[in-house]
Formats: sequence, structure tokens, C-alpha cells
Amino acid sequence: MQALERFTNKIPIPSKVYLGLLVIFVAALPPMVGSYWTQILGDIGIYIMLGIGLNVVVGFAGLLDLGYVAFFAIGAYGYGLVASPQFGIHIPFWFMLPACVAFAALGGALLGIPVLRMRGDYLAIVTLGFGEIIRIVLNNLDPITNGPRGLLRIDPPLIGNFPVDSPTRWYYLILVGICFAAFIASRLNNSRLGRAWVAMREDQDAAEIMGINILKTKLLAFTIGASFAGMGGAIFAARQGSIFPENFSLMVSVNVLCLIIIGGMGSIPGVILGAVILIGLPEVLREVQLYRMLAFGGLLVAMMIFRPTGFIPSARRKMEFEK
Amino acid sequence: MSQFFSPDILIDQIVNGLTIGGIYALIALGYTLVYGILFMINFAHGEIYMFGSFGGFAVLTYFVNSGFAANHPALSIASAFIVGMIVSSVLGAILERIAYRPLRDAPRLSPLISAIGASIFLQNVMMLIIKARMQIYPDVIEERFIELGPTSVSVFQIFIILSSLILMLGLYFFIKRTKTGKAMRAVAESKEAAALMGIDVDRIIVITFVIGSALAGAAGVMVGIYYTQINHMMGFIPGIKAFTAAVVGGIGNVVGAMFGGYFLGMAEALGVLVMPSEYKDVIAFSLLVLVLIFKPRGIFGEVISDRV
Repeated sequence: MQALERFTNKIPIPSKVYLGLLVIFVAALPPMVGSYWTQILGDIGIYIMLGIGLNVVVGFAGLLDLGYVAFFAIGAYGYGLVASPQFGIHIPFWFMLPACVAFAALGGALLGIPVLRMRGDYLAIVTLGFGEIIRIVLNNLDPITNGPRGLLRIDPPLIGNFPVDSPTRWYYLILVGICFAAFIASRLNNSRLGRAWVAMREDQDAAEIMGINILKTKLLAFTIGASFAGMGGAIFAARQGSIFPENFSLMVSVNVLCLIIIGGMGSIPGVILGAVILIGLPEVLREVQLYRMLAFGGLLVAMMIFRPTGFIPSARRKMEFEK
Repeated sequence: MSQFFSPDILIDQIVNGLTIGGIYALIALGYTLVYGILFMINFAHGEIYMFGSFGGFAVLTYFVNSGFAANHPALSIASAFIVGMIVSSVLGAILERIAYRPLRDAPRLSPLISAIGASIFLQNVMMLIIKARMQIYPDVIEERFIELGPTSVSVFQIFIILSSLILMLGLYFFIKRTKTGKAMRAVAESKEAAALMGIDVDRIIVITFVIGSALAGAAGVMVGIYYTQINHMMGFIPGIKAFTAAVVGGIGNVVGAMFGGYFLGMAEALGVLVMPSEYKDVIAFSLLVLVLIFKPRGIFGEVISDRV
């Protein structure tokens, strides 16, 4: 419970009463906004999960991973392949969810072992390349992935005898997933490993001299970050009901990265705000959809120049930039 | 299988490899020059190349519509190149000024993210201009073929191979023989020391961006003439591949980038002979990973120091 408290303390509303109201508000959102917006809140929720995961890699450990979508794809196809008519296999969601997390983590480790020795900017390009390779392979591995035609009629999860199939049910399921992810991430941040990440991000040589095993620490960041995406992927596949290789384009990685940066790197409330701004706002401003990416691009540059810490920076980051 | 390795297909693919390799090399030089001086990946370099291509496109379209191209085809193409290179250079200089210079002393992630932002921004500017439609480079000269042993080669390919070589030789001599080139090498080695020797570091950085961007612009026009179809996303894949080429040769190393471009072009062209062409893009990325694992400083060795 102490841990949970520490997590709640991070939310910038000091009073527990307000926090309680916030919880009630979030829980009561679906009936208030209707099913269309609940659907969009679900989209935002999945991006929050991805953001929390990538935040571990980029925000905590300072490793720029531009191929994060690859792990998302591994999670999604991991579930989709064994829970759809594609092979006629129907393994329950709750069994495959941890398995997808494990697949993605394994993917992260397998990619991480060779590439984590590289300097930061090489890492960015190699992970970007990896993300593209996964998409190209999914697109061309017809006999297994059904190529561009995608996987269809993926089973929804069952809770007891109830299938999770309406936007409202998904909303609550995703909400639980986010809370779980946020809890894990904030615990990690305040752990020995989390401090090792910060030390490494700040000065790799100094961290190494202090006894931190750089490769191991990086690999853990990469693997743990990837496993969040695996969870998000499995949920995404089960929620959409059908997945296609185009769902896993570079733009997903870029969007997730953008929401972390706009919200505030290393900060979980920042991730949530970033996802609401990045995924939710375009829905409100449908007319300007065409200019959305244009604005993102400009915003990223402006953010880096004028407010490199994001809207809700983590306390640590803020101090780093102010020194 | 025998059909795969018949000499005419082999020669065709070698010529293809040299053509696309020259284009990769020209783009790769921009990455390498900037990296050599600022230690940053100019993520928007692919977009600079794309804008160059559209600059040439605009000129050629104008000349074809006004009838000028029918009478002066060579002059039209030459001006397409010049305009394409100017558009790219100006864009490179603007980017440096707005998106990169304020971040020169920021943490290392900042300029990289700024560059990604600039890249998204530029793609979308072009998307809005062309309304997301594929554009077709106008035909100025009819494509002719020259007999070469058992096969024939397009004059466009020969033109691209030769002109990319000329541009690269020009760059090489510029860097090795001129005073500005010497200053560029000095700044790449140490900005502080160069400044103490009376070199205007800011000016040299702008010149580096301008030169790298001009080469990318030329490559953009070549691609337009060769493949004829261009759109706002055309910079993305060549951008990554050219970066791969720069890394393969050893980033910061000018000769290395040229070599890397041709190496990658050949690897792709010959790779298609042994594996399905859908996996062509995978070759480049796999090559990048392999080189970085086994030869992290590239084949020719990087010029910069490790401490960034």
C-alpha cells in the first residue's frame, strides 16, 4: 500500500479527496460521454499503455527506441494468431496475455543484445529499421500472417461468461491495464534499477565506475519497455477484432514518442496528458485533421527549444534541465 | 536458377546497383558531413532530398508546359538540377538555423527529436502542397538505350552514374583543396580549436549543411528523372538507407560514405537475384545491424572521436 501511496503522490493534485473524485470521475466517464467517445477513450488508453512502456526506455533509461511498434506488433500478432480462425486455434485471452508480454520481452532482449552496445543515435536508427523489418515481414509472410489481408475475427476476452466486446467493457479493462502498468512503472522508477537507469542516462561512464553493469541495465530497460508494448498489443488485437500490418507502421512509434515528449519525459501523469492531447485532441478538432501531423512536427521542434521537459515534467528531469 | 545468373541480368543488376548506389552515396554524404561536425543525425535529411526533387519537378513542369523544354532539353534538365539543389540548400540552412542551432548545447536527445519533428513537419508541408497525390516527373528527353554486350543500358542510368561521380569528385576536391574545405575539416576535428584559429564555426556549420543538402537535392532530381514518380514520403526509406550507407562506410568519413552508398546499392541490386524483391528493404537494415555489431566504426573507420 505504501507503494501505491507513493504513486498517488506523483499526481499533481495534493489532496486525497481530489484524487478520490478523480477516480470516480474516470470510472464514471463512459456513461457520461456515450459509446463513441468511450471508444476514443479506449484508443487513448492503449496509447497511454504504450507511452508508459516507452517511457521506461526513453524517459527513464534515456535510450531512444524508434521501433517500439515492433513489440506492439509482436503482442498483437502473438494473440491474434492463436485466437482467430487463421489456424483455427482459440487460446483464451487471459492465458495469452502473459505469453504476449513474454514474447515481446523476448523480442526486446533479442534485439537489445546486439544493438545496445551502440551509441544513442545509432540505436535510434537500428530500432527504427527493426520496426520496419517487422512490418515488412508481417506483410510478406502470407502463409502465417495472411499478409496485407490481416487477421480477422479475433476472439474477445471472456470474464466469466461475459465477452468483453462493448466499448464500455473495454474501457474498464483498459483502465485496469493502465493502472497496472503505471503502478509497475512508478515502482520501477523508484527502485534500485530505476536509479541505475537515471545514473546511466546522465553519464554512462560515471555510472559504470559506480558499479552499474551498463549492458545489463540497458537490456532490462529495453526488455521491460518491450513487455508493456506486448501487453498493449494483445489488448489492441482483442479489442479491434482484426489486425493488419498497416496498424504497425512507423507512425505508431513516432506518436508514442511524441506523446511522451509533449507530456514530459519520465513522468507518468505526463504520458497520460500527452496521450489525451495527441490522440484525443484530433478527434475534437476533426476539421483540422489534415494539419494534425504538421502541427505535431512543429510542436516537437518548438518543445525541444522552448520547453524540453514537456508539460508535466518529472521532478528529476526538471532539476536536470534547470541546473 | 540458370536464368537468374545469366550474364545480361547480372550486368543489368550491376548497372542498377551503380545507379542507385550513386544516389545513396550523394544522400549519405549529407549525413556524414553533418555528423562529422555536429555529431547529430540530421533526421530531416531525407525530407531535404524530397524538397530538392520537388524543386526540380516544379522547374521541369514549368518548362514543359511553356514549351521551352522541347527546344532546350539539356538546359531544362540543367536548370532543374540547379533549382533542386538551391531549394535543398536553402532548406538545409533554414533547418540548421531554426531547429538545430538553438539546441547545440542541449542534451543529446533534444536535437534528434527536433530533427524528427522537422522531418514530420516538412513531409506534411509537402503533402498539403501536392494534396497527397503522386506526382509524375515530366518527360523531357526520351529514354534511350545503349547496347552493352548482351544487354542494353538506359542513358538515364549512365547519366546518373556519371553525374553522381562528378558531384562526389567535386566535393572531395572541395574538402581537400580549398580553404573552406580545410576549415570544415578543422571544425570537424575540434570546434574550440578551430574557433581559436579564427574560423567562424557557425558559418562553417551552415556551409556544411548547405553542401550536404545540395548533394541531396541533386540526388532528388536524379531519382525524379529516373523513377518519374515522386511523392511527399519519398525521402523516408532512401533517408534511412543512405544513413545506413554512411554508417557502413564509417560515419564522418567522406570517402566512407561514397563507398557505403555504392556498397549498399550493389548489395540491394544483387540481393534481389537471390531473394524475393519484397525483402529488398530488409537487406539494408540487416546490413546496418550487422555492420554495427561487427564493425561499429564502419568499414573505413569513423573520423570522429567516440566521446560525444
